[in-house]
Amino acid sequence: MNATTTLVYDGSFNGFLTSVFVAFDEKINVADIQKNNQSQNGLFSETETVFTHVEKAKRVWNGIRNKSHNAISNVYFAFLSETEGVEMMLYTYIQKLMRTQNGKYLDYSDSTVLHIAQLAKKVGREKHRMEAFVRFQLTKDEIYFANIEPDFDVLPLISKHFRDRYADQKWLIYDVKRKYGIYYDLDHVEMVSLNLKDIHHNKTVKSDAFAPEEYEYQTLWNDYFKSTNIASRINPKLHTQHVPKRYWKYLSEKKEAV
Amino acid sequence: MNFDRIREKLNILADAAKYDVSCASSGSTRTNQNKGLGNASKMGICHTYTADGRCVSLLKILLTNHCIFDCAYCVTRKSNDVPRAAFKVQEVVDLTINFYRRNYIEGLFLSSGIFKSPDHTMERLVSVAKKLREEENFNGYIHLKSIPGASDELMYEAGLYADRLSVNIEVPTISGLKLLAPDKKHEDFTKPMEKVKNEIVRYQSEHKVIKNIPKYAPAGQSTQMIVGASGESDKDIMYSATYYYKTYNMKRVYYSGYVPVTHDARLPAIGSQVPMLRENRLYQTDWLLRFYGFSVGEILNNQHPNLDMDVDPKLSWALRNLHHFPVNVNTADKRLLARIPGVGMQSVDKIVKARKFRKLNWDHLKKIGVALNRAQYFMVCESRLWERRDLDADKIKGMILQNSTGKFRNQYSTQLSLFN
Repeated sequence: MNATTTLVYDGSFNGFLTSVFVAFDEKINVADIQKNNQSQNGLFSETETVFTHVEKAKRVWNGIRNKSHNAISNVYFAFLSETEGVEMMLYTYIQKLMRTQNGKYLDYSDSTVLHIAQLAKKVGREKHRMEAFVRFQLTKDEIYFANIEPDFDVLPLISKHFRDRYADQKWLIYDVKRKYGIYYDLDHVEMVSLNLKDIHHNKTVKSDAFAPEEYEYQTLWNDYFKSTNIASRINPKLHTQHVPKRYWKYLSEKKEAV
Repeated sequence: MNFDRIREKLNILADAAKYDVSCASSGSTRTNQNKGLGNASKMGICHTYTADGRCVSLLKILLTNHCIFDCAYCVTRKSNDVPRAAFKVQEVVDLTINFYRRNYIEGLFLSSGIFKSPDHTMERLVSVAKKLREEENFNGYIHLKSIPGASDELMYEAGLYADRLSVNIEVPTISGLKLLAPDKKHEDFTKPMEKVKNEIVRYQSEHKVIKNIPKYAPAGQSTQMIVGASGESDKDIMYSATYYYKTYNMKRVYYSGYVPVTHDARLPAIGSQVPMLRENRLYQTDWLLRFYGFSVGEILNNQHPNLDMDVDPKLSWALRNLHHFPVNVNTADKRLLARIPGVGMQSVDKIVKARKFRKLNWDHLKKIGVALNRAQYFMVCESRLWERRDLDADKIKGMILQNSTGKFRNQYSTQLSLFN
């Protein structure tokens, strides 16, 4: 039996790409690729810690992208799903991709390829939903502030969307689950970590942090939401299918439902 | 801003606008300029969904529900006794901007009852859009409703500021229109459409020469018709829709199951059921015509003037045309694959990609996402298990219905429910 190695990386996407580089470069027989905070020693494998190296990561990124644009976005999206064991699956996927002549013609009847594509699709769906379901609330210091709590780590994916759209206002979107946010200061977007003592759901109780007219607009929106409903066509099942309940506590039109 | 008064108006004027089906915010190419506000998303975004399950993407309101017309199907009709209100231009602008800044909406859908005259009303609508674009530097989506009978000059101006224009033909047949909207003429609807179509064509051809000319209604035109109010057949509706798609380059035709809103002997009584299933079947047919290469005569014709309610239109067509089947998924071209019931366009693409590597069998097809409960009777693949060769249409239909649980199934079930 060949000696196998478990690669441990820092949990970042660049760290993961560096691991892939190291594995290819040193022709390592990879047993697993794990984040450093959750690594477990395998019974019969060595452990090697990989230090993130941006240049190496970039080479892997470009290598995949040159094969196929679709594949590079699949890899990034699937990685952000934070699914357990996704790293090893991605590693297999990248191996397969590198072996093909043309990355455009990936074999969708192969289970790894299909699975990665499906994961990427799930993450893409949540990205799209977050673009829809972010609800900004205007704070007293004129920052439009929003909390989100997505299943997948989509903040890096939605940053451009909000930058393009709200170029003339300061905004901050904060991921409650992962405890970091993205902040736009009218110039560029940066990552911020905050220690929020209040989570600011769209509560019915007013908070001092927000501008007084904020609650007026929330009421108007709430009213609007109600008056667009056609009672004779009501369909709660369809409604929750489109607006899953786990998002409700951050939606101002669902205030009363919380 | 007087929020209480705005609140009252919003309740009245959103309520009156909700019967307009269109809420699309897609298809525009407008981008954020000079660090302004807003950026139209090509695919559109639904920001929430109403309790009846329809997408909310735009702030959809009427400028006013005062109206000089008396169309039988309309809540806002002159003779209907409802509270009336009217927004000021600036109020609509403020609402739109503040909702947009909070990421509630993609933009504005502004329609109106007709007060004084069509031109007087249209002018107000245009000035809202103009203010948003020029004073607020707003690049979000604007959908303006063309007022029937508005002048060419105003229609031209509207297209400069709006992403989409629409005028609802409401009643699919001219005779129905005479009956239900005696004040309106067919030409009142088609004249603004014609104008907008010609302008779009002109701007597109100029755009080929000069790249930076302003946009003119980049997301095109749409229209809507009411279904089930004037006794028309599905064939009438779809032929009429096809006519509008072809003649006026419509981006979308919407179908709106009639919701009884007034007491009128010419119309279904208040409380009668909204024909939602029929509406659903019409949208499916519309899809088949636009994306699946069907022609309207194949699906609806004199022998078959109405859509089946118990099966979808593609399946219904396939059952009437069994001689086209079975299709071999491993060799057939895209056009034929798209005609198999249970195979959507996405599956067609995946099949074509995957079969480069190996011949596909039932397992592969299932993983790809083909609805085998329907598709299995109409295709052959890399498997000898195809036992349906001798079934006739009735049997196939029976087997499919028996093994499916469609969302409308209970409406057709003959099973009595115990406690009703």
